[in-house]
Amino acid sequence: MPKNVPMVKVYILGEGFDVPEGSTIIGALEYAGFQLTVGVGCREGFCGACATLYREKGDYKLQAGLACQTVVTDGMNIAQIPFVPAEKPIYDINKVDPDIEAFKTLYPTLFRCVGCNTCTKICPQDIEVMDYVQALIRGDVARAADLSFDCIRCGLCALRCPAEIVQYNAAILARRLTGKYLLPKSPDLEARVKEIAEGLYNNELEKLTTSNTETIKKRYYDREIKTG
Amino acid sequence: MYPEYMRKSIRKVEKTRPERLKLARSGKAIFPMMSAEERQEVLDKFHPDYKKDARKKVRIGPNKGDNITTEVVDQLEAYSRIKPDYFDLKNPDYETDVLVIGAGSAGFSASLLAAENGADVLLVTKLRIGDSNSMMAQGGIQASVRPDDNPVLHYLDVMGGGHFDNIPELVKALVAEAPDAIHWLQDLGVMFDRNEDGTMLTKPGGGTCRPRMHSARDYTGAAICRTIRDEVLNRPDKIKILEHQPAVELIKDENGNVAGAVLYHLENRNYYTVKAKAIIIATGGFGRLHVKGFETTNHYGATADGLVVAYRAGAKLLYMDSVQYHPTGAVYPPQILGFLCTEKLRGLGAQPVNKNGELFVHPLEPRDIEASAFIRECTERDLGIQTPGGQVGIWLDSPLIEKLSGPGTIKKNLPAMLRQFERFDVDITQDPILVYPTLHYQNGGIEINDHCETNVNGLFVAGEAAGGIHGRNRLMGNSQLDLIVFGRRAGIYAAEYAKKAKTGKLTLSHITEYDQEVKKIGIDRKHISPMVLPDYTPASVKERQYTTEYQGTLR
Repeated sequence: MPKNVPMVKVYILGEGFDVPEGSTIIGALEYAGFQLTVGVGCREGFCGACATLYREKGDYKLQAGLACQTVVTDGMNIAQIPFVPAEKPIYDINKVDPDIEAFKTLYPTLFRCVGCNTCTKICPQDIEVMDYVQALIRGDVARAADLSFDCIRCGLCALRCPAEIVQYNAAILARRLTGKYLLPKSPDLEARVKEIAEGLYNNELEKLTTSNTETIKKRYYDREIKTG
Repeated sequence: MYPEYMRKSIRKVEKTRPERLKLARSGKAIFPMMSAEERQEVLDKFHPDYKKDARKKVRIGPNKGDNITTEVVDQLEAYSRIKPDYFDLKNPDYETDVLVIGAGSAGFSASLLAAENGADVLLVTKLRIGDSNSMMAQGGIQASVRPDDNPVLHYLDVMGGGHFDNIPELVKALVAEAPDAIHWLQDLGVMFDRNEDGTMLTKPGGGTCRPRMHSARDYTGAAICRTIRDEVLNRPDKIKILEHQPAVELIKDENGNVAGAVLYHLENRNYYTVKAKAIIIATGGFGRLHVKGFETTNHYGATADGLVVAYRAGAKLLYMDSVQYHPTGAVYPPQILGFLCTEKLRGLGAQPVNKNGELFVHPLEPRDIEASAFIRECTERDLGIQTPGGQVGIWLDSPLIEKLSGPGTIKKNLPAMLRQFERFDVDITQDPILVYPTLHYQNGGIEINDHCETNVNGLFVAGEAAGGIHGRNRLMGNSQLDLIVFGRRAGIYAAEYAKKAKTGKLTLSHITEYDQEVKKIGIDRKHISPMVLPDYTPASVKERQYTTEYQGTLR
């Protein structure tokens, strides 16, 4: 770290610690001597493990973010939320139809949405959570899948929802149903899988695995490169 | 966000942009690809693996005498965390057919296939299930699906990328099962990007001769990993899950087969023992060892644990002298130091330029070549840009993407990248980003055959912990692929093995013996592995924390 970085005071578990300005919440926790065992994961904003609640100085609002992505401010009060207990129904994806009935059966709480938009406001990924919940209520599974695509399952939406909906679990079902049933199938993919199963490339692959390095090298450097 | 002196350099980038754009639109190569000789020269002179102190000889264990990455040797030449005598192995806490260690995409695929093949599975993980490098992969997964592509071309690309050091039988399995892996994932519900006619959207990657990269926006790894995680969660009758409990040693039986593991609960600090007929290591790689002081794109748990415990149990390692540095890690702003800037940026047309806005390398050379060229630009040629924090980098001209493919392209194809930088007030559609190579992948690993078997009976490996598939350099999109192909294979073959396995009396004597070897070479008792978690406590804070002795990096 460069020298003479200005410091800010943050409150962790109620106690004040001086940490370098510009630190992320995770950086601040570690600078203050905490060793993270839960409530930490990829540290790059992809896994949703480090959901954190905080309050900024002079503000009554309870805010939320990912600890690996949120920069501390002077006077910030921090509480990590290692995980959100949430219901996850068990299903066989091969026996679920991609329509409203699936959600009526597996996630009936969705239909209690009061439209308060708390979920959308708290989402650290800026996902229109309430909009996808509404799409599911309308039975528009593909729309919900599209809107929820960037979800990283931090659980903050479910944590704050006054209707106790488990938005993020419903969303993964929507995306799986869309990927499996609603998006068009690729004819090229089907054809290639069949070709391989029929052994079309067996001989040539077998030849390659038994060729010497010089032969492979020559074929590598001679191969035609197409980028488009 | 960028300070004025960086702005000055950005203005130079903007000045050369129209000319570079014209070049990119012309369809001609925007910069000549290096010849084999040029590639070797830039690797020899600038790749971190080739530095004098990058490797040292390991003095104990199955690879004794081999030159291995220095930081890995330090993990291998260390004492065990446990005292074997403390454990009552007659009464294990858990019993299972197949123990899967590691809950990323390889561990999930392995668990699913082991369960489908009749085994009871125990899946254990250090962090939450899914919190893994798999989840962080952005750019894509390779599979030769287009009509102008085929597994043979894919094979050649993998071999060339790996400097022809790859194990042929593993490469064959990888490329031949790639389309089926995509098909399996699609059938489980992964939303791959498609064209309007339903065909898969495919993009080129560094070192591929065809556009072969399948993607799910730039959340490809997340889309795959969370889908199969959901499927794992749907099978509670066959797959039991333990979180926050890394395996810190393997248990063997009196016949020398692996037969279980010792778990360490990170929260209640208890140890638990598992008896298992077969074990699959799917613990990923070692980015958090910060080899040669490099920043890393890897998740918090990537500390080579699986490698260390397998090595102590007698498993051979392969190519542990080779480290992959991703060319484009963020170096500015400081909060995202080391963050991965996906190769897909270059696949979509972003160009690397120096502080004067000049192109200096083809944007899609294999990763080690590209990274070495970036390091050359910043060191020997001194044409990099220094950050206020003292890092140095080159520009990756991301606004070109929108100039080439129209406004909105970045938002549509790179939402994660856009969001990562927006959080720190950098708009990548308008301004270039500053990048430098970052530690990305463990090219080597535990030696396996195409059944994912190691030289130790009952021990299987899949994912980044396995060595040989990618030779000494992995191409983009082949890791996401190997997680699935070899994850599934490991699950199938481990279940098959478990059906026939007869486990003898459990023992940890190999730990006692290994510790004696460590003592013999004069290692200080405070060196303990596996690391389990990296240590980011500042030294000044640590000075006040010696209430008990540190155990490696855990206190």
